[in-house]
Amino acid sequence: MDLASAKMIGAGLAGIGVGAAAIGVGIVFGQFLNSAIRNPAAADGQQGRLFIGFAAAELLGLMAFVVAMMIMFM
Amino acid sequence: MAASGRIDPMHQFQIHPLVGDLNGSPFVFTNSALWMLVVLGLIWLFMLGGMKRQLVPGRWQIAVEGVTGFVESMLSTSVGPEGKRFVPWVFTIFMFILTANLLGLMPFALVGVHPFTVTSQFTITGVMAIMSFSIVLITGFWRHKLHFFSLFVPAGTPFVLKLLIVPIEFVSFMVRPFSLATRLFVAMIAGHILCEVFANFVVQGLNAGGAAGPAISLVSFVFIMGVMALEMLVCAIQAYVFALLTSLYINDAVNLH
Repeated sequence: MDLASAKMIGAGLAGIGVGAAAIGVGIVFGQFLNSAIRNPAAADGQQGRLFIGFAAAELLGLMAFVVAMMIMFM
Repeated sequence: MAASGRIDPMHQFQIHPLVGDLNGSPFVFTNSALWMLVVLGLIWLFMLGGMKRQLVPGRWQIAVEGVTGFVESMLSTSVGPEGKRFVPWVFTIFMFILTANLLGLMPFALVGVHPFTVTSQFTITGVMAIMSFSIVLITGFWRHKLHFFSLFVPAGTPFVLKLLIVPIEFVSFMVRPFSLATRLFVAMIAGHILCEVFANFVVQGLNAGGAAGPAISLVSFVFIMGVMALEMLVCAIQAYVFALLTSLYINDAVNLH
């Protein structure tokens, strides 16, 4: 296998991390919705925490994207 | 791009000089600078229209007051009454990021102008993150002097655990500007690359002809509309997250846990 195709395969493998982050973001929003439906009155006050959790989960997926881009273009 | 047959999604992020030469002169007016000026002008117009201080506010003034009130309530919930002093900075970055993100999505290419997303450059988001981080550091050391370092030591930790927790807290504190900047610029780059790639699919599918070509074009076109709607949501969320995390970091500096 030459280097160019190995790079492409590596970038594709690094892209798996984005899917893993998608699971994380889904869990964040799913759990929020789950509890917001149980207690709608308290839901609005927790939106800041929701987005903090979302940001933390999303950052790791974006990192996987950065790694894939770095493998492809650097 | 599409004419050469090969998709080049990174082309749109290129900075090229409009006035001056990148290699020679020290003063270069690039497309990035131009679009930052456009963002500044838009925010200026938006604020000018709403700062008339009428007793009975019109629609425009209500829009402006909605944004300032949103930022102010965000700071007062996460920092407390002291947070009011930081409203100007958080409002500035929130408006700048939101306007720049949305401007980058506008279909100006229909009239031949390619919008440049200034927030897709690490230099710009990095500078904004460093400024936020500097405000946190200056506020923290100003208010608490060297006592600010107790931020790294959670109260009531046993000594053995402190050896472990303090380095972790220190690293997670120092990585904050990096994560702030990376989150924003990568989210913008990823969205624009996705749009570019699928827009190329539309063009190339039509060029390819046959039975499958237009079908692929149609599917890509429908998909890209969904992606665009998602991108608008991401634009707003990223601006909100940047402002929210900045106000949380300011809370650490002001209140020390």
